[in-house]
Amino acid sequence: MADPLPFRPPAAAPVMPDRPAVRIEDLRLTRRWRKVIDGISADLGTPGCTAIMGPNGAGKSLLLRTIAGLEKPQGGTITFAWPPTPEKRRVALVFQRPVLLRRTALANLVHALRQFGVPRAARTDQAMALLERADLAHAAKTPARALSGGEQQRLALVRALGQAPDLLLLDEPSASLDPRATAALERLIRQAIHDGVRVLLITHDRGQARRLANRVVFLHAGRVTEDTPSDRFFDVAQSPQARAYLNGDLLL
Amino acid sequence: MVNKDAMEPFTTAFANAWHLIWTADADLMGVLALSFQVTGLAVLVSCLIGFPLGAILGVGRFAGRSASLVAINALMGLPPVVVGLGLYLLLSRAGPLGVFGLLYTPTAMVIAQTVLVTPIVAALTAQVTEEMHREYRDLFATMGMGQVQQAATLLWDGRFALTTAALAGTGRAFAEVGAVMIVGGNIDHVTRVMTTTIALETSRGELALALGLGLILLVLSLAINAGVMGLRNMGMRLAHG
Repeated sequence: MADPLPFRPPAAAPVMPDRPAVRIEDLRLTRRWRKVIDGISADLGTPGCTAIMGPNGAGKSLLLRTIAGLEKPQGGTITFAWPPTPEKRRVALVFQRPVLLRRTALANLVHALRQFGVPRAARTDQAMALLERADLAHAAKTPARALSGGEQQRLALVRALGQAPDLLLLDEPSASLDPRATAALERLIRQAIHDGVRVLLITHDRGQARRLANRVVFLHAGRVTEDTPSDRFFDVAQSPQARAYLNGDLLL
Repeated sequence: MVNKDAMEPFTTAFANAWHLIWTADADLMGVLALSFQVTGLAVLVSCLIGFPLGAILGVGRFAGRSASLVAINALMGLPPVVVGLGLYLLLSRAGPLGVFGLLYTPTAMVIAQTVLVTPIVAALTAQVTEEMHREYRDLFATMGMGQVQQAATLLWDGRFALTTAALAGTGRAFAEVGAVMIVGGNIDHVTRVMTTTIALETSRGELALALGLGLILLVLSLAINAGVMGLRNMGMRLAHG
């Protein structure tokens, strides 16, 4: 078993097991007069990993970005299971294309740990621990942007984990990775889930959703059309949109 | 056909110029030393002001930002003689800052060059940081970083591009003549720098020193440009491997 997350401020009480990390009620978001999120209500961030699936343009990424605070919805509410504490961010987001600073892999993590309030004396050690977790210790002094796609995404993921989040949002993290890199990334995600981090994972990869998720939320045209345990979803999807998606039909 | 008699003064002047450089002539070295002091200090102060100012303009979202950017870009083309005249009025005995007695001192020249170089550094910094901020914005937001932290991160990540901005300012400061002539007065061994010496010696028909300094200015210009290119390449290597 890998080392536990290297840093967690003592004040951050864990989310109660029976409570979702985030409750969304009647969320509405409009872009250029188009309703991209059209009244979504759901309890998300339940223990384990929830896969958010659906065709392009269904509103998956915008939903995650809204939860992360990057988009301002026109209506509805988002309530987290913890009181607002600006000094400790409990939601982390990993983008489809990793955004890394123009520094070495180690310096990227040290910078992030500084933002997360880790004391200066502990930063390098914790950054190295995160690099080891990502199997990137050998690349500590390598410019982050010179790493391979899979390595960059693993670095972005452990950077997010360095925040010790309660809720981890993953926006198609393995969309452009080969199977080997995807497997390495999934190992890290699985470890995070094992450590108690609740994961919302956007993916088009059904195999990945089967491997990682215990719940699937299916979106279509900005609405939730199905919200079921993942084994049930893949066996007997209820909504016609989800069935069509799983059958490989073109959902317009 | 080339008139050899007409060419002779030039060849003599070149030979004398080379002799001054080769023997490290005291006057020449004095002028060089003051040029480096004045320009170095002016660029340092400009960077201390221009880097954070540019980063705030590049990152910040506040009322008047666009107008500030337009103003700072316009100030890049500030006419040196106008700056010199304005500072002359401020620093002269009867001016509001006359009490400090700075007119015709190297300090006045540093102030003049700082006024000219700061907008260049700030405008280039704003461009660099704004472009990088577009890429980093979402990451910064997810990390909960404030604007000052964002600006500091961008300044560090854009350090090689920003060194280019500093070198561009250095080039401008070294080549500047109008403002330092007015506020410095071109006093021998006190406020005489390369450009003002070239102007003076040329008007007096003493071409050797003017040519010697001109050659040094050209070499400096080449060195600065080579430095810019080298830093850019090094930055690319360090950022992208």
